[in-house]
Amino acid sequence: MTPRRKRMILVGILLTGMAITAVLLISAFKQNLLYFYTPTQIANGEASIDKGIRIGGLVKDGSLQRKEGTLEINFLVTDEVNEFPVTYSGILPDLFREGQGIVARGKINSQGVFVADEILAKHDENYMPPEAQDALDAAKTLK
Amino acid sequence: MWKFIHKFASPKYFYNISGKILPPLGWVTLALFIVGLVGALFLSPPDYQQGESVRILYIHVPAAMLSMSCYVAMAITAAIGLIWRIKLADIVAWAIAPIGMTMTIIALITGSVWGKPMWGTYWVWDARLTSELILLFLYLGFIALQTAIEDTRSAARASAILALVGLVNIPIIKYSVNWWNTLHQPATISKMGKPSIDASMLWPLLIMIAAYMCYFAWITLKRSRCELIYRERNSSWVKKMVKEAS
Repeated sequence: MTPRRKRMILVGILLTGMAITAVLLISAFKQNLLYFYTPTQIANGEASIDKGIRIGGLVKDGSLQRKEGTLEINFLVTDEVNEFPVTYSGILPDLFREGQGIVARGKINSQGVFVADEILAKHDENYMPPEAQDALDAAKTLK
Repeated sequence: MWKFIHKFASPKYFYNISGKILPPLGWVTLALFIVGLVGALFLSPPDYQQGESVRILYIHVPAAMLSMSCYVAMAITAAIGLIWRIKLADIVAWAIAPIGMTMTIIALITGSVWGKPMWGTYWVWDARLTSELILLFLYLGFIALQTAIEDTRSAARASAILALVGLVNIPIIKYSVNWWNTLHQPATISKMGKPSIDASMLWPLLIMIAAYMCYFAWITLKRSRCELIYRERNSSWVKKMVKEAS
């Protein structure tokens, strides 16, 4: 075996070893690396109730309620299968609106309501000019 | 084929040919940047949701793409240097490292500036952002290891192994948005099926990506030449060239 051959095999073993380690690590940490839980995952009991967690999903259309004279808002987070009530009091990101994807950090209280202490907006991977969105909305109302 | 590669890997031949490629490549890069930036900052429309802030996309996405492809290029050249003991490959890997690191820093900073108005935060520890930060540390480790070891050949060998080990992070960055729930949105351009970016915004983005890539090629050649002439300073062809020039 030439030294070059030897080095080639060594690099090959190194790469395979790393790949296997990575696959094992990733599958082991699958849950811990979740940045947020969806309402369905919470309904299935995948998230711990007493610990602080993050919930992610869309703000359900028509569910947003603002309390007069305060910053408090109540809304439902949905993943189109299950939904979960969220209450929050504080400053919201610009993108926050009904139908928008959000991630809220907080705890589920005894009434089964998610009390958020931080809300982040999650934007999707679609980019288009405003006119294109207007055209899409117009097409939707025609249907 | 092998003959050509060996010829190309000879320091003198590489020095001469790269000297010829550099000027036109530099002009192409400049032209692409001008067209791309005018398209990105003036001609493309604002986004339906993000408004004018979307223009960070044209800086952020190419930098993030390059931060990963630089790493792959660096790891491949380092591996070639490790296996075939080609000096030029070591030099190119060394030349790429700070470029890739800069791209990573640009991607992280622009992403953070973009995150504040859109997400409501500069930084979150989600899988995409964290793995990109690890990439920065890998570049730093590679550079630190290279500079820590006096002998260039053993420095190249040690850092090549580090580069290969770190390669595992690249698919993690790329697919983090698909494997885990992250705050960062999934990929736009490489998404199969319906296009998720409007044509009026896609063309400046593609030109910017091409501009970044040409810049990467240009600066890599330039840095490699400098390092090459430095490492070969005692060889006869360099001495002869210097004598002729002076």
